[in-house]
Amino acid sequence: MSSIACKADFPLLSQQVHGRRIVYLDSASSSQRPQVVLDTMDDYYRTTHANVHRGIYAIAEEADRRYEGARMAVGGFIGAPDPEHEVIFTKNTTEAINLVSSSWGRCNLRAGDAVLLTDMDHHSNIVPWLTLAEERSLELRWLGIDEQYRLDLSELDHQLDGVKLVACTAMSNVLGTIPPFAQIAERAHSAGALVLADAAQLVPHLPTDVGSLGCDFLAFSAHKMLGPTGIGVLWARRALLEEMPPFLGGGGMIRDVRHDGFSANVLPWKFEAGTPPIAEAVGLGAAVGYLESTGMEAVRKHEMNLTSYALDTLSERFGENLRIFGPPDAEERGGVISFAYRDVHPHDMAQVLDQSGVCVRAGHHCTKPLMRHLGVSATARASLYLYNDESDVDALAEAMAKADTLFG
Amino acid sequence: MTGLEDLYREIILDHYRSPRNRGELPVPPAHRVEGFNPLCGDEVVLYVELDDGTLSDIRITGQGCSISQSSASLMSAAVKGKSISKVRGLIRTFKAMMSIHETCLGEDSEGASSNGASSDKAAVDLEALGELAALQGVVKFPVRIKCATLSWNALAQSLDEIGAG
Ligand SMILES: Cc1ncc(COP(=O)(O)O)c(C=O)c1O
Repeated sequence: MSSIACKADFPLLSQQVHGRRIVYLDSASSSQRPQVVLDTMDDYYRTTHANVHRGIYAIAEEADRRYEGARMAVGGFIGAPDPEHEVIFTKNTTEAINLVSSSWGRCNLRAGDAVLLTDMDHHSNIVPWLTLAEERSLELRWLGIDEQYRLDLSELDHQLDGVKLVACTAMSNVLGTIPPFAQIAERAHSAGALVLADAAQLVPHLPTDVGSLGCDFLAFSAHKMLGPTGIGVLWARRALLEEMPPFLGGGGMIRDVRHDGFSANVLPWKFEAGTPPIAEAVGLGAAVGYLESTGMEAVRKHEMNLTSYALDTLSERFGENLRIFGPPDAEERGGVISFAYRDVHPHDMAQVLDQSGVCVRAGHHCTKPLMRHLGVSATARASLYLYNDESDVDALAEAMAKADTLFG
Repeated sequence: MTGLEDLYREIILDHYRSPRNRGELPVPPAHRVEGFNPLCGDEVVLYVELDDGTLSDIRITGQGCSISQSSASLMSAAVKGKSISKVRGLIRTFKAMMSIHETCLGEDSEGASSNGASSDKAAVDLEALGELAALQGVVKFPVRIKCATLSWNALAQSLDEIGAG
């Protein structure tokens, strides 16, 4: 089982740290980029850059073509039925969710309405709802987690009673858990609720189709899927977007401005105020192209195999000393492996691993409610992507063993 | 792993495994203050009792990495029974030792002189720090400085709140 993407495609992965090959196991936080993404962005700046939607000259038209081309590519990647109108470029997942809470939420949620969240969600999909709940006196409800680190859906229908929106992660950035999203969405819709998928971890790692997920809103970030920082995506059903008021105001998002008011532009530009991240969109388009040419089914299969390998390797080697927070079966989870090793604090573990060139994250991973549920203040987390292979997992295991020397 | 051994000195690991002055004090007369690192979730809770210009007792609870917890423990042992002005002096000296890199990084550099690292280093009286000097290896690991200074900032805040000179 070698990596399915050539490590050599990723310039950063040939870097050395502390005199050793870098072993990058932090893609759940942010991935690395292949050469083609860097080249595409570079070429855009060298040959084409001009502002979009404004210029009547050749390079401006070409900039427009590339920017809108990226929108179509992204839409195709997630199975959007109407990408031209439904794919909104934002700054990241966080901004996409804030767009929904500010625009859709303020228009549609009133005092006493309930929003259903989960104990495994990222702060990005919690804080916007806490803010709105305070402003509008909403009731927030929470789906819990069972012993297998799955969402506890045993009370779902009861919890859905009176709920207007379910905002749920499509894959946990800490546990790796992939909830049965389509099933949750179907039951939510039967109860009259809309469904938002935080797909920041889903879209980079699994084939994604908004139709079969059954979500009404879907948010993700380019930087976790081989693309640049500074750009994310909100997809939503067109009928919803048409009814929603603008999020930010400014240039580009208007049709007309008068002394006494303005009228908003059509979709998708209604939600893209100001000069957008053009080069980043173009880079995201190239990232999507790279993932498509690898094939998302192949990416998923590779990560499932590698996750199994990692879970086996680590538990065999460290036995009782290792606690892994997440479902044991790779079918049910992504390649995010959160762990505690003996009584070594996660920060100390990350420091020890760094010395061997192994990059993992340690902390609460922006999931304080989940940390409270797990009864820990932090975890160490190794996360896998298409450029990782068994040698990376082996390097992790070797480096972890060095904690024994230090912490005795 | 020479670098790591600089960080994880035996004395640090000892204070991490067997923290001194662990626990709580009744409030009042003790004063309670929390130090929190929102980025990594480390926390210390200090209970400080003053008596006639002396820091007569100190207890600590909280949780976090070996650096934040050992620094708190080492600090408690160093300041207990000392006069307030001695304690203030220790805080300054410790922060100066830690600010060598903080200054370079443009972060909070309280107590560091404006013309930079080397002069601070020269100014740090490692002898006055005693066992605390074991923590000087932390400055080579800039992201961990906040761990080491967590309890010291909390102690300074506590003295400020009590209004102790
Ligand atoms: C599940 C999940 N949601 C949201 C986010 C936030 O993404 P961003 O920081 O790109 O807005 C992340 C990334 O850390 C994530 O893993």
